[in-house]
Amino acid sequence: MKFLVCISQTPDTTAKVSFNADSTEYNSAGVQFIMNPYDEWYALVRACELREALGGTVVALNVGPAANETTIRKALAIGADEAVRIDADPKSAAYTAKQIAEYAKGQNFDLIFFGKETIDYNGAEVGAMLAEHLDLPYIAFASKLDLNGNTATVERDIEGGVEVLEVDLPFVLSAAKGMAEQRIPNMRGIMSARTKPLQVVAPVAADETVKTVRFTLPPAKAGVKLVDPENMDELVRLLHEEAKVL
Amino acid sequence: MVLVYAESPRGQFKKAAFEAVTFGKKVADQLGVPCAAIVLGANVGSAGELGRYGAGRVVQVSDANLDHLDSQSAAAVLADAAKQLGATVLVLSHSSTGKSIAGRLAVRLNAGLVSGVNALPEMRGSDFIVKKSVFSGKAVAEYAVVSPIKILSLMGNAVKPDAIGTPANVEPLSVPVPAGRIRVKAVKTVEGTVPLPEAEVVVSAGRGMKDPSNWGIVEELAVTLDATTACSRPVADSHWRPHHEHVGQTGIAIRPNLYIAIGISGAIQHLAGVNNSKVIVVINKDPEAPFFKAADYGVVGDLFEVVPRLTAAIQKFKANN
Repeated sequence: MKFLVCISQTPDTTAKVSFNADSTEYNSAGVQFIMNPYDEWYALVRACELREALGGTVVALNVGPAANETTIRKALAIGADEAVRIDADPKSAAYTAKQIAEYAKGQNFDLIFFGKETIDYNGAEVGAMLAEHLDLPYIAFASKLDLNGNTATVERDIEGGVEVLEVDLPFVLSAAKGMAEQRIPNMRGIMSARTKPLQVVAPVAADETVKTVRFTLPPAKAGVKLVDPENMDELVRLLHEEAKVL
Repeated sequence: MVLVYAESPRGQFKKAAFEAVTFGKKVADQLGVPCAAIVLGANVGSAGELGRYGAGRVVQVSDANLDHLDSQSAAAVLADAAKQLGATVLVLSHSSTGKSIAGRLAVRLNAGLVSGVNALPEMRGSDFIVKKSVFSGKAVAEYAVVSPIKILSLMGNAVKPDAIGTPANVEPLSVPVPAGRIRVKAVKTVEGTVPLPEAEVVVSAGRGMKDPSNWGIVEELAVTLDATTACSRPVADSHWRPHHEHVGQTGIAIRPNLYIAIGISGAIQHLAGVNNSKVIVVINKDPEAPFFKAADYGVVGDLFEVVPRLTAAIQKFKANN
């Protein structure tokens, strides 16, 4: 089996969100970057578990600059066998999907994993775009995945429930909570990650369909209004008259 | 034309579809073009109702292959329909269905996609600008969609469904339907409650509840408010409450009008899933709980006393209004 896991690098969940002077770019000064949690905890770990059970190769792929190699090495330390970095700024979902498609199209991957979305731009777009480029089925928000020969059984989260689906390989999925448990890389993993192959691939040109105009910060909250715990009638009055939600 | 895909999971329209049509109609009015809705599947009830939310035309591709979602067949059909009808803007819901299809459609139509849009577009000169919330609600991004065809997926609870018009006739639309490759074996849904992503009022509780047997007071408050219940991650992880109730970064992201957090400290990962709520009420005995910084209204007190008192106050309010 040949598994591809697409990983994104995002600011840490607790990082401060600010932008450059003309508000067009995220201000990364002093920010700790991490592997997007859904890509790491769910997609990558499940791919490694399947490789351990069935044999094969897990390839971790990132579209990003050389600075992302720390994150890519972490994916290797967790268990990916090899890595690919497409040397480009992942400036939009469409651009990123096009880069991954160009790399993946001749490689005959059996299963391609994404996390359910990135925690920075929250788009949940790249997986579906890649599936269309490669003419493959796509299952978003998979919370359980089992393989039986060439057939996968997948549970997918829908509003207020789950769907149980069956699909033949190859296909693309995005992974959500339930798929696997977070793994902390051990010392042996960290050591071996240093020598695992990391291939750098040049990007291809792609049409630009969406341009970032600017970022703004939402208006600051007015601050909490404390209500006397003995007087819940007052809270109800505020919710009705002031907040207008009752 | 603005073409709205009105999703109908298991043959039924839900709020997401009515919101999408309402939004599509407003975008169409801005652009001075007609608004149409498209429905997929052979077994869909009362599609004409979409006319009441502003669809001047309702077209249906009646094919049993479309009764269950297969993102590949749905995207192929929607792309063909968009071309046939001459749509320049496509609107979908930012739901488990819409997110499966929107990216595929964007590739098929070489169209710019902005997903999770939460406000009407703005026309600045010839630029088509849309806004969405990014960084889990900590910032707003503005994008210019520069392709001839534009695709927007609409965040839930971003517009109020507006039943202003009259039902429309449903016209059949003939489009080739490729067979899907995904087989649906079972669908398990929780009946009787509004799913969290669609809920307008959410009552959520955390470790401060001390024991799962104490949840009666939370459920009573939720019933009084017609709210959906939710919980924090530690509560779901220790199986006090079912996994599908977990809201937060790893669980479900919600944007209700009113979010009441009971005995939840407000870790940043929890806030990432609830930041987009319009009004947040926090009940916690610890005045230092970080959640108070993100709250609109706070009650510092013992939740076992405060919650029943709040339920009683709401019952009294409802009886008088």
